Amino acid sequence: MSQVSRDVIVIETPNLTRKESAPPRLTLKNITKEYPGCLANDNISMSLENGEIHALLGENGAGKSTLVKAIYGVVAPNAGELIWEGSSVKISNPANARDLGIGMVFQHFSLFETLSVSQNIELCLSKEQLASIPDLSQRISQLSEQYGLNVDPDKYVHSLSIGERQRVEIMRCLVQSVKLLILDEPTSVLTPQEVAGLFVVLKQLSKEGCSILFISHKLHEVTEICQSATILRAGKVVDTCNPKEETPASLAKMMVGDLAEQDAGYTKKTGDKVCLEVINLSLSSAQPFGTQLKNIQFDLVAGEILGIAGVAGNGQEELMSAISGEDSRAAPDMIKLNQVPIGDLGAGKRRQLGMAYVPEERLGRGAVPDMSLSENTLLTHSKGFIHKGIVDWKGLKSYTSQLIDSFKVKCHGEFSEAQSLSGGNLQKFIMGREIGQSPKVLICAHPTWGVDVGAALAIHQALLKLRDEGAAILLVSEDIDELFLLADRMAAVCDGFLSPVIRCEDTNIDQIGQWMAGTFISETDTPSKEASA
Amino acid sequence: MIQVTARIEPSKLMTFASPLLAIFLTLIFGSILFSLLDKDPLQAMHLLLIAPLSDAYNFSEMLVKMGPLLLCAVGLSLCYRANLWNIGAEGQLLIGALGGSAMALQFVDSEAWFALPLTLIAGILSGMLWAAIPTFLKLKFNSNLILTTIMFNYIALYLLLWGVHGPLRDPDGFGFPESAIFSDATILPLLNEDGRAHIGIIFAILLAIFAAFVLAKSHLGFQIKVFGADEPAARYAGFNQTKLTWAVMLFAGALAGLAGVSEVAGPIGQLVPGISPGYGYSAIIVAYLGRLHPLGALLSATFMAVLYMGGDLAQIEMGIPIAVVGMFQGVLLFFLLACDFFIHYRLTFPSNSQYQN
Repeated sequence: MSQVSRDVIVIETPNLTRKESAPPRLTLKNITKEYPGCLANDNISMSLENGEIHALLGENGAGKSTLVKAIYGVVAPNAGELIWEGSSVKISNPANARDLGIGMVFQHFSLFETLSVSQNIELCLSKEQLASIPDLSQRISQLSEQYGLNVDPDKYVHSLSIGERQRVEIMRCLVQSVKLLILDEPTSVLTPQEVAGLFVVLKQLSKEGCSILFISHKLHEVTEICQSATILRAGKVVDTCNPKEETPASLAKMMVGDLAEQDAGYTKKTGDKVCLEVINLSLSSAQPFGTQLKNIQFDLVAGEILGIAGVAGNGQEELMSAISGEDSRAAPDMIKLNQVPIGDLGAGKRRQLGMAYVPEERLGRGAVPDMSLSENTLLTHSKGFIHKGIVDWKGLKSYTSQLIDSFKVKCHGEFSEAQSLSGGNLQKFIMGREIGQSPKVLICAHPTWGVDVGAALAIHQALLKLRDEGAAILLVSEDIDELFLLADRMAAVCDGFLSPVIRCEDTNIDQIGQWMAGTFISETDTPSKEASA
Repeated sequence: MIQVTARIEPSKLMTFASPLLAIFLTLIFGSILFSLLDKDPLQAMHLLLIAPLSDAYNFSEMLVKMGPLLLCAVGLSLCYRANLWNIGAEGQLLIGALGGSAMALQFVDSEAWFALPLTLIAGILSGMLWAAIPTFLKLKFNSNLILTTIMFNYIALYLLLWGVHGPLRDPDGFGFPESAIFSDATILPLLNEDGRAHIGIIFAILLAIFAAFVLAKSHLGFQIKVFGADEPAARYAGFNQTKLTWAVMLFAGALAGLAGVSEVAGPIGQLVPGISPGYGYSAIIVAYLGRLHPLGALLSATFMAVLYMGGDLAQIEMGIPIAVVGMFQGVLLFFLLACDFFIHYRLTFPSNSQYQN
């Protein structure tokens, strides 16, 4: 039985000057959550003041998500205490949390595409809350104006851009008069301009006394808007600090311990031999909610990295499928590898012609979770290990062991199951497997997503080494900083269109950001909806 | 208090212990049931499990039942490994029998050496055809393989009944729904003069070994396993799903067809309506009990054949209804699935609650 009582919630308009006397909005005491084989949260204690924007930092797997899920009532901690505005509470489900005034915006939105904004918001309100709001649409419009959210209550969600959808999620929390807003990597799906807009909203909320718990991997954002930060490593609180007094580099150091090497300042290269041509590639979407590719045209040059920026879901996945051959519906001439038309060939055939692919999902696509690393090597690297249809397991095992050594993959051995490796180590393995085939063209999606700093450095260096050996690399990433670090030329996708390709030194984050929002489309093609308002 | 927690890694021990545990639980369940029926459980168990192996005749009868079970189960193991839910072994077996019979009846008065190979090939091809139709429907129209294969089981059964009542009926058979007795030239050689066990059982065992080899050593077998374990990875790797689906389904159809034709050209010697006591369905249990491994199927098919045999003996000697065999199979599968839960989960007994309780 939960002990949530509405009487506890008394502070209507918290006064910042009374901060000292008022109890903190939320205090965590020794929160511990254990999953089989892993202590996700180990005795975590922290406290959130009223109106504070508090960053929760840590590498993937440090325990951030588990902690916020415990606060929002999605997971039940094994031990520890939550103190909400001075009194101990037990939050056993998200409805409890919402009743207290805790709102959360997940990384993956939970909106119904076929319903309007106000219907979506109505769905998550309790009866009492609904009764207290005479006209929901009007309330939404009013809040929208108050916070500059630009949310139209009558629009259908499927017609909204990602940034707008996120604002609907925030609106959903605002309608419930939220006192603590939890945001899980809110900026990873936004263009730089949209991020700036979000920060304005967050700052205003904080000024009005709403506490914000902010999870992000982008450290410069944390230094920009957060007033305090708690740093987690392997489930433990390792440090707290005031981000305003820190630099992104010093924060990174707290997150991972010591940075061995600097991951910056790579030289840009120019190649001259076109390796892969994509010519007027248009392809309807294979899935109901996929993106249609429209007139995509670019060249991949040997010895160069072409970076493709873009907010997730703007056609990256479809483009990579069409190039890798998982989706072989394109006309043969739309894609040419060294002059050979390959648009209609399957993925296996394209591999034989010298294409390699590092997909976004490592476990479950790039590697079979419950197969050994040797078997996972065979998944894409069968050349030389098959004689008359029979697998040369001995050769494969010794090759895999070499691979593990040379790419410094931390594991027990070639017999380890793929799922027993951490994300970064598995990525190094997959990277090594694909690079080990000496590909002419490597397609690489989000290579360092969720990977720790050390592994990311190794992956970056491996990519650059492959480039210097003369391979053409297509690098698709949502991390603009990474693209600028590695790519020799850049382009952006928006709504299935590809922007012009530009040399990295001739552009800047602002321009690419605008391209990500689709500003190039009106110049080159039919006008499309604005991605952000 | 007992808690269920997920294991960090699937338990290897439990993977192999689970079938044994399930058999053990089934026996306990059976004993209780026999006691309630006022039958001596020890005698019933003896008849069900030990008597079938006790003399040469019974052993050979057991092998007669093991053959079709093993053939079907080996094919199904490969299908299930590749995530193809083929429930159609029964229909493929019946059609194999029908097609084989149609061929065998061309040789009723013949002594030709090629009569037997042609009969077997006709049976195998018929089984493959019967597997090919649902496969085509799945690949072309993305139809549900489970549903189509089940429906094809019924179509096969009624086709068989039509054949045996119509075109394949023995003209001199006084109107009985049976075909003419096959010529010796189309009958599989016996292994041993004492019983009915025939050379088809050797085929079954060799094919099980072959399938095990393909699965463990060949690139094709690897691709089958990847498809079953992780379809997106198989597509990412560029494995040809269409080819693999055809290969696996046709192999399973061929094996089930061979099982069917081996029945009519073996122990039965003519086409009759009741060819199979549900071998194709029992083979699903055999495949799972054998951990979807062809060599595991060898053991589990033997066990299941013993159960079939024992059911007959128990009916004759103790008046236990033959339906007991079907019930035993069902309970066995039930316990097996329950025990398989512990491959991925385990029970823990949190220490702090020991004192509270």
